[in-house]
Order: sequence, then structure tokens, then C-alpha cells
Amino acid sequence: MAMALTRRNLHLLCPIFSARLLTTASTSPITIETSLPFTAHNIDPPSRSVQTSPQELLSFFRDMALMRRMEIAADSLYKAKLIRGFCHLYDGQEAVAIGMEAAITRKDCIITAYRDHCLFLGRGGTLLEAFAELMGRKDGCSKGKGGSMHFYKKDGGFYGGHGIVGAQIPLGCGLAFAQKYSKDDNVSFMMYGDGAANQGQLFEALNMAALWDLPAILVCENNHYGMGTAEWRAAKSPAYFKRGDYVPGLKVDGMDALAVKQACKFAKEHALKNGPIILEMDTYRYHGHSMSDPGSTYRTRDEISGIRQERDPVERVRKLILAHDIATEKEMKDNEKEVRKEVDEAIAKAKEIPSPDPSELFTNVYVKGLGVEAFGADRKELRAVLP
Amino acid sequence: MYQWRMIRSATAILSFFSKASIAYTFVETEASMAAASFGVSSAAVQAVKSSASPLPSLPVIRSEARPISGRINRSRNAGKIATHAVAAQTENPASAASKPGHEVLLFEALREGLEEEMERDPRVCIFGEDVGHYGGSYKVSKGLADKYGDLRVLDTPIAENSFTGMAVGAAMTGLRPVVEGMNMGFLLLAFNQISDNCGMLHYTSGGQFTIPTVIRGPGGVGRQLGAEHSQRLESYFQSIPGIQMVACSTPYNAKGLMKAAIRSENPVVLFEHVLLYNLKERIPDEEYVVSLEEAEMVRPGEHVTILTYSRMRYHVMQAAKTLVNKGYDPEVIDIRSLKPFDLYTIGNSIKKTHKVLIVEECMRTGGIGASLTAAINENFNDYLDAPIVCLSSQDVPTPYAGTLEEVTVVQPSQIVTAVEQLCR
Repeated sequence: MAMALTRRNLHLLCPIFSARLLTTASTSPITIETSLPFTAHNIDPPSRSVQTSPQELLSFFRDMALMRRMEIAADSLYKAKLIRGFCHLYDGQEAVAIGMEAAITRKDCIITAYRDHCLFLGRGGTLLEAFAELMGRKDGCSKGKGGSMHFYKKDGGFYGGHGIVGAQIPLGCGLAFAQKYSKDDNVSFMMYGDGAANQGQLFEALNMAALWDLPAILVCENNHYGMGTAEWRAAKSPAYFKRGDYVPGLKVDGMDALAVKQACKFAKEHALKNGPIILEMDTYRYHGHSMSDPGSTYRTRDEISGIRQERDPVERVRKLILAHDIATEKEMKDNEKEVRKEVDEAIAKAKEIPSPDPSELFTNVYVKGLGVEAFGADRKELRAVLP
Repeated sequence: MYQWRMIRSATAILSFFSKASIAYTFVETEASMAAASFGVSSAAVQAVKSSASPLPSLPVIRSEARPISGRINRSRNAGKIATHAVAAQTENPASAASKPGHEVLLFEALREGLEEEMERDPRVCIFGEDVGHYGGSYKVSKGLADKYGDLRVLDTPIAENSFTGMAVGAAMTGLRPVVEGMNMGFLLLAFNQISDNCGMLHYTSGGQFTIPTVIRGPGGVGRQLGAEHSQRLESYFQSIPGIQMVACSTPYNAKGLMKAAIRSENPVVLFEHVLLYNLKERIPDEEYVVSLEEAEMVRPGEHVTILTYSRMRYHVMQAAKTLVNKGYDPEVIDIRSLKPFDLYTIGNSIKKTHKVLIVEECMRTGGIGASLTAAINENFNDYLDAPIVCLSSQDVPTPYAGTLEEVTVVQPSQIVTAVEQLCR
């Protein structure tokens, strides 16, 4: 298939997808207004008019449909017991991942918590790597040793994938520090949720980032529920973008990919000059916190379906595409069918991949070989030499 | 089988004596050293392996990572750095001016190590409270901020969890941060970052990220500092997979371990001791690095193996003087490497003496001594004539009162009594 030539992924090593439609779509700019204005704290908000192009909108649609499809497929794989343990799904929040990718390069760093499947895709990860890792096979992105919460892609600038709530924020601060140290004009996006916004580490990291003017952008993906606890029950002040106090903040409609793109572009420019900024993405997740959470005990089904009808990110982009006559209904449906097929093929291939070899248990514990031998339980049989 | 063991111990003894008799031994540069530790055996080991072809059925932990023994070294004289450079031993206490090397205090040795590494590699940076303008609460980083700037010697706010996390994040991109905890006890606040992110990221990312951090700080029981500032945390960190732990005890090995820890690609926790910072010793002028996984033979002997580390080394040496007067000949080994244990050196010693005494400052429950006892019992049970005796500090918060604090840690008289009982 031909290489997709969106503005966003011109510099990519491998595109997420390719479609005949994309290569023929035009790149002439369109200006679209975001659905809601930005709310700002200690800063002038960016304008509501976003520059985009038909090709970009189509790629948004395709990518988000792919992410949506992947998450739903992961849901069924989990129910079929092919994925075990924890599985945190991102459907409903795709606009954040897509909008962010549109605004930045692969040299910028993204670090997030455990809801990382779609961000991994956005950073250049392939479906096969993702599914293989979810199913614990050896060709997964972390060789099957990480699992759902530990997706990483070093060459794509994706630093994971962290299980402990809030621990990724100081790590992201460190990424920003390294960028400042090496004086390259890149920024780091640290993503966390409304639950993690109450962690002390965040404020420690904010203080340090502001103190040393680090190019750090803290992105709060506010899906309004910290596992089972609604935000009004966990936080005295749910205005997470204002919590930085002296650090400016921006509240963005996280279900609108174009608004996210505008905000991230604005934030990148700000961070490179003036230090940290907080972005609060007002978003929503359709699934529960993880696969073991039905998601309906703390919120009503009406709420979920209401948001799906009014604010769904994929639908919004579809309506934009149809409204601007970029593609027809049928072409969009074909797109979705292709996406579905792609995901199914990736799953089928991933199922074929074997589990990691038992010797892999001991690899990558240390970098340098210590040459120590590890024995079996009764100490008679040599299991492995720690490489 | 026995022949094989004898050859091994003979090689070890020979190699030790050869090391002691020559002033400097050179091994390869760092890259080839790494290659050597991947099991490229020394000639001696190869000879052994060819004579006894299958692995012995009795399991013995051999650390293949030990640097090549002294005699072999000289034939491979391609090195830029010395791993066993030893200042000429003080056999005759003649005039100080004629001896090579220079005298330093332990904190100065640490600083020299830091400075040399920062000079050598621009990616090395220091994070910590009061390390920059103040010069470090124990003067370890004095003068470095003036020389290298505020970004490389970073004064952090009092937020251990975050700045340790920051160090890990910076390390993920390729920097080599040295994190200073003002006291090891404060690093408990950063335990999540050390355990999950520092220790495990290399594994959970399938090898994509390396975390070459050094986490260092003083710990141990000081002079009436109170319970919260006298913690012995080696026990807490020892189970974290993926990190290495070392403890320095003399200016010589402090500088060497600091340099080795900074150069290592693994996260290393370097335990210093509050009371040892003002120790004075003569160390070599030229650059040297000490192996992170090796123990140090402090005093060879025949009757009993005493394993110790950090400050207890000095209590043991004090007890050793008394013991020698009483006619005993203890072999004292400073294990230095707390994770992984240098079971090679320790094993050779046990095979010689058949009795083990562990003297440590860590807590009794779940401490380094407890792990070492288990490891020795598992591997060298056949060689032991008596059960292992482990003298640790008491399982109490360190009291403030001086007399009580003294009793919390192991005193030389207790060591003497233990050896006498062991050697009966």
C-alpha cells in the first residue's frame, strides 16, 4: 500500500495505516472552529480557529477508527481470556492521542500512565506489537514481559506505560530536564488522569519544572472518574488546569481532536519559551476503569450513551468530513471496514506468535552481564546464566 | 571433582598473592572488560573447565564476572584504567613524601571520583538537596557547582520522590544522573521510584531503556542522630530486581566504587556511612576503577572467615587485633558488593577456613546478613564445620542515648567472643 502522506507523519518511519483515499485527498487548508472555547488560567488562550486540511481530517478519522477498533477488539480478547491481568481501555479518549500527535514530532517525548495502548499506536507502534504484548507473546513491544501497562517505544519517543498512579510525572519531568540539558528544542508531555491529579508527586514535579523552566507540558486527561470515584468526590477543586497556581493552564474539550491539536501546538510553543504549562483535556471513557470494572456502578448508562451521541470524537470528525464534502458516506464505511480487517488480521497474526522462551525470564534484568548462575528450586539443575 | 576444587582454590590463592606482590595491575578498557565479564574466562578457569568437562553435580555459584587474575593481567597490558591499582602498601612507615599517591579523606575521595567522571562524560549530572551552592551536606560535591554550573549540579527542592523520578526519567533518555539522598533514610520516600522505575524499567520495556543512575547517600548509625536519621536500609533495597548495591568503606574503594557505579549501565545504590566520611588514606594518583561485584580481602587468615561491610569493617579489624593477640588468625573480607554477593571470593574463603562469622550493621530481620547466611548455607553447606554466626544490629529504632546506641550496633568485644566460640 502506498505511504500515507499526511503532514503529521511525513517524518515517520512507518505509518500507522495507508489508504488510497488519503493519497488523493487534498492538503489545502480549511479552517474549522473548535466546538467550545478554551478556558485559560494565567495565560491568553489560543484562538478557536484551527487550521487543518482534508487529508488531515481523513487521517484523524482513520487513526481514531483504528484505535477504537483496537480497544474493542482488546475487550473481546480479554473476555476470551487471551489477555489477562489488567487491561485499561482508551475508547472515547482517542481525540487526545490523535490531536497531540498532530501537533508534535517524534522527537518530543510522551509519557503516560497505564491507559497507553492508543498512545503507543500514535507514536508509531504497530498493531501486531500491541496485540502480541497484550497477549504476552515474544514479539510484543516489550517482548511480552511488560503487558498492557508497560508499552514503550524508544525510537518513537514514547516512554510508557506506568502502573503506579502519578509515578510517571516526575519521570516526565526528568525527560524535560534531559531535553533542556541537551538543548534540543523539544518538549515532554506528561499525561495523567484526574485521579492522579491529587498525587503529591505532581506538585513536586510542577514546582521543579517551573523553578528550572523545563519544557514540560502536563496533560490531565480528565475523564471525570478516578476508577470508581467521581471527580467531585475526590477533589475539592476539580479545576485541574488551575492547580498549577503560578503555572498557566488551559482547559480543552478533549473530545474534539482539532481543539486538542490547537492546544498542544500552543503549549509546545509556550513550554519552549516560558516553562511548564498544564493542559486539562475534558474527555470521557466509555469502558470502565479496566476490564474488571463494568463501569456502570458509579455512573448511569444514560450518561454514557448521552456522551456517545453528542460528543463522540470519531463521529465528530466523520460529520466534519461529510460536511466539507471530503469523502462520501460509502467511502467512510469502506474505511471502517478496512480498519476492522486490519485489526482482525493483526490479531490473527499475533495469536500465532509463541510465548517468550523460558530463558527470557532472566534477560534484561541487568544490562551488563554479571555472569551469575541461577539454579532451579532444588539447586541441582542449572537454569540459566544471568546474561 | 575434588581435584577441580583444589585447582580453583589454588588458582585463587595464587592470584591473590600475585596481586599483593605487584603494585599495579592493568586490565582492558571498559568495553573489553564488559566483554570479559560475559564469561570469557581467564586462562586458569579454562584449564579447569577442560580438565573436568561436565558441570559438577554439586551446585556452586561461580561469579564469572571477576576480573582476570593478576598474573594473566600483565600479559594483556592494553589498559587505560587500573582495576586493582594499589598504592604501595605501608610496609615501612617511612617518610610520607616518598610514597606515591596522595592522602585524602573519604568524602574527598568520593568527590574526586565524581569530578573525574563528570570531566570525562558530559552526561553525568548530580541531583540532590544542597549539593550545588552549599557543596553537599557532607561536602562530597563541594566546588562542583562552581565548576560545572547549576544545571549539572542541581540543587533540588526537598522532594525525594520527584527528584529521584526525575533522575530516572533523565536516565531513560541517556543522561547519567547521580542522585544524592541527604540521608539514606530519606530515600524511603522515593522507594517507589527506585523499586518500580529504576529497577524494573529495563525489564518491563524489554531492554529498550537503560537506567544508568547512581543513588548514593550516607546511612547507618551515627553519633546520637536519633532513630529516623540512623536507618540501615540495605535490607529494604536488596530484593529489588534490577539494581546493584555496593557499600564503600575506605577512601580507596569509595572513589573506585563511585567511578564504577557511574560507568555502570545498571542502576547502582551506593551506601556510604555517616561516620566514615573523615577517614584518611593514601590513594593512587592515577585513575582506577574498582569492580562493582567483587569483595575485598582485607586480611587473609586461616581460622575463621569474617564477612563484613561498611563501618563494621573497622570494628572487625579492631577485634582482629585482639584475636591475633589471643592466637587466632581470622580472615576478614569486606564484601563491598551487597547485591549480588561475590560468592566466588566468599566461597574460596569458606573452603579454606570452614567457619563463617558475618558482622554487619543491618537489622537482624531480613538484613544483608540474613540473605548472606541463606546464600552461604545453600551453596557451601558441605564446607562448613559449624553453623554460620551472624552478628547484626538489634531490631530496634536507634535510640538517642549514647549508651543505648552503642549497644544497638555490634561492638568489637562481641566479635571477639563470637570468634572464640566459633573456633572452640
